[in-house]
Amino acid sequence: MNKKLLSSVHGEAAPDKHPILTDPVFLTDLRKQMLKFATLQLSDGHLAEDAVQEALIGALKNANSFGGRAALKTWVFAILKNKIADVLRQKQRMVNVGSLLREDAEDEDFSALFDQKQFWHADERPSAWANPEAALHEGQFWHVFEACLDNLPEKQGRVFMMREFIELDSSEICVAVGITVSNLNVMLHRARIRLRECLENKWFLNEERAS
Amino acid sequence: MNCREATRLMSEQQERELVLRERLPLKLHVMMCTGCRNFGQQMHTIRQIARTYAKNEDKDGSA
Ligand SMILES: [Zn+2]
Repeated sequence: MNKKLLSSVHGEAAPDKHPILTDPVFLTDLRKQMLKFATLQLSDGHLAEDAVQEALIGALKNANSFGGRAALKTWVFAILKNKIADVLRQKQRMVNVGSLLREDAEDEDFSALFDQKQFWHADERPSAWANPEAALHEGQFWHVFEACLDNLPEKQGRVFMMREFIELDSSEICVAVGITVSNLNVMLHRARIRLRECLENKWFLNEERAS
Repeated sequence: MNCREATRLMSEQQERELVLRERLPLKLHVMMCTGCRNFGQQMHTIRQIARTYAKNEDKDGSA
């Protein structure tokens, strides 16, 4: 655990400390998860570290209004997402437009998925997913999901996460990474196609898992 | 409408409301194409998965 953080947390929340805040294991875990999340989003360890620090300090000031760990955690992550969105907006002002994200998504080859008439190849056609709700409760599923995310080309992965994790809207993402809406739509389409295929193969149709 | 175009529209449907001249051909295609029908459902599922993941970074059940 980061000492600076611990002391600032303890210092600021001292008079009526939430019981959770006296649990270093919980705090360390929480911080680790936040850092992982922020690093994924910002692809910069230092910026991520700062965002996490600020989010934690901000959130823990109000920690007493939270009954349980789950509620506190949701709150802390909400704050972190806002911080990340701020950093991304600021970053945009500092970085050359387009140097961050100029993927020529148009040319990617879809011939493995679609035939010449642009219909699904028989063996690439999406199958029905049995009981996706249940997957959400399985720890192993989330490892598969993370692996599939990691498999996305970096830029596709980042816009997908901006859209679906941080819930920025299209225009915010376009400004943040310097692309047009149609560019963004192409990238999201590709990201979703890949992610879908990966989840289907590695989880929903994975027979080793079912047996 | 072909499958590539249908999947493109179904992805964009996550971003904006489709206009009538997109919606009708898409609906027709999806009625006849199981692959794209499944794809459409999976778009919703993937959004749900992503939101769950982002809201609850606690997959190890410690909370
Ligand atoms: Zn189709």
